[in-house]
Amino acid sequence: MNIRFDKLGVVIAAISAYAAFAAPFATFRANRIVPGQARSILEALPATTGALLLAIIVVAALIALFKTPLVLRLAASVAALAALALLIGVAGTFLTPAGNTFARISPASGFWILIFAFTLLLADVLTRLNLSPLARVGVLVASALAIGLLLISGSWDNLSILKEYFNRADSFWAEGSKHVTLALGSLAAAVIVGLPLGILCHRVENLRAGVLNVLNIIQTIPSIALFGLLIAPLGWVATHVPGAAALGIRGIGTAPAFVALFLYSLLPVVANTVVGLAGVPRAANDAARGMGMTDRQRLFGVEFPLAFPVILTGIRIVLVQNIGLATIAALIGGGGFGVFVFQGVGQTAMDLVLLGAVPTVALAFAAAIILDAVIEMTATRRRVETA
Amino acid sequence: MKAWLPSLLRLALVVLLVAFVTNPGWFEPLLKPLTENNAPVIYNQGSLLTLTLLHLRTVLIATVAATIVAVALAILVTRPAGAEFLPLSRSLVNIGQTFPPVAVLALAVPAVGFGEKPTLIALFLYGLLPIFENALTGLTTLPANVVEAARGAGMTGWQRLTKVELPLSAPIILGGIRLSVVISLATATIGSTVAAKTLGEVIIAGLLSNNLAFILQGGLIVAALAVLIYDGLSAIERYTARRMGREAE
Repeated sequence: MNIRFDKLGVVIAAISAYAAFAAPFATFRANRIVPGQARSILEALPATTGALLLAIIVVAALIALFKTPLVLRLAASVAALAALALLIGVAGTFLTPAGNTFARISPASGFWILIFAFTLLLADVLTRLNLSPLARVGVLVASALAIGLLLISGSWDNLSILKEYFNRADSFWAEGSKHVTLALGSLAAAVIVGLPLGILCHRVENLRAGVLNVLNIIQTIPSIALFGLLIAPLGWVATHVPGAAALGIRGIGTAPAFVALFLYSLLPVVANTVVGLAGVPRAANDAARGMGMTDRQRLFGVEFPLAFPVILTGIRIVLVQNIGLATIAALIGGGGFGVFVFQGVGQTAMDLVLLGAVPTVALAFAAAIILDAVIEMTATRRRVETA
Repeated sequence: MKAWLPSLLRLALVVLLVAFVTNPGWFEPLLKPLTENNAPVIYNQGSLLTLTLLHLRTVLIATVAATIVAVALAILVTRPAGAEFLPLSRSLVNIGQTFPPVAVLALAVPAVGFGEKPTLIALFLYGLLPIFENALTGLTTLPANVVEAARGAGMTGWQRLTKVELPLSAPIILGGIRLSVVISLATATIGSTVAAKTLGEVIIAGLLSNNLAFILQGGLIVAALAVLIYDGLSAIERYTARRMGREAE
């Protein structure tokens, strides 16, 4: 039989061999801030379980290494990821001395590299399967459910990041909802203002260059400076405009963060609206005019639906960017997951950093997948309709 | 608008920027109204010039590294030997863009410690994506007849790459570098939250001591740098695009 190697498989097999045999799987620390001690897979897990995990990794890496059917590769990557996810929790329980509440167990570099290697394999399989947009969202929902189940089942409870969570469960959800409100609220505001502005820029040519230049320059102001610069004007508004303070407008806190995110969001929305409307075929517009449509009918009946996928792409850029930028709001007392990131950096408690960073990345990632799927669906529907 | 007006504005911005970072004292009266209780008006824990140069150095190192790696990767996946990696690298780039810079920065700290290194890592990773994406676009949208002609002229794969494909994609790759530099200039300020010596230090000092003058000077220097560099790179891009007979975006 002719045995052939898969090129990506060679990379995956090499890094997973290094991670499984030469890198630490988990870190043990006597308390949350002392330097940790590395534990390999066999040291971090009960003997038979450790051997089982090594066996699963070796088999999955071999499946990746050779040219094998896609279904087999899919099964291998999912099995390896599931085993890793389950057993890191077991390692947490196994390494924590009985009755000790100070000891901290966290995943170490070997674990993260293995996760990366098999996610790479999974991403490769999913890319080659060329899934439909709905199926991609389905995969996302399934993985979210699996992670949710693991969290509820309590099998990760002995890991350090969850211990940080249990210490501040209430503030976690409060900051989380603030984070989402900031990101989505500023997006909504940017769409409400940006769409008409974009349509205006499309209709009035003299306005276009000016508006886009101003928005471009706003983008170059570093986020932490823009957040800071808005403190003073909003503080002034709060003290001088009656009723503003009652609405929650204050110099520091959520208001400047909201306005800053809104300003950053305007450029992608306006620019993509202009580009989308400019890309509407002249023939479509002429036909609409010939049918006797008014300007308003043409805008909502022809131009807008045709430009929609491009506008949606702008909204995707804004949403992913806002979820990331909202972490910086914490610097000016605006809340959000950034609170944990900056607290963690300040206390050199990396598990606390992770508690802020992991949900942020997960949110941005989910938003990107869902919006990509929506964009693809609207774009294909349009193609089907026009064909 | 007169043709010389933009150049004049640019020149004025350069002069203003240089004057500000070398002699910030001259501008003290302008910023004075922004401070309260006799707080210092000009950043006093380090020279603005040094911080500006360090800021630029950090961005330069990260961008050069990102350019080399991103272009090399793009070349690799557009050769027949690496074609297998093309779809995967596309999805990886998409996934990579969802990582917020603050998260990358904070997660790099345990691996390399505080200071310039985590900032360099974050800027490098964040800078990779636009350059890689543009290099990929450039290399995959070459006019087929030109590549055919090069092959017909008996050029080897290496000659085609260095004499035809890369020069023709240069304007698009430059566009990616421009985007990446502008993002990096702003992101480098966040590096100061993990103790990197950049202009972010001035802004953060302003946030901590409630000193609006600090925030404004730090923010404006970075914004001016970004506008000037963006402009300069756009000009180079248009120049190469004209020489290559390709339309820049």
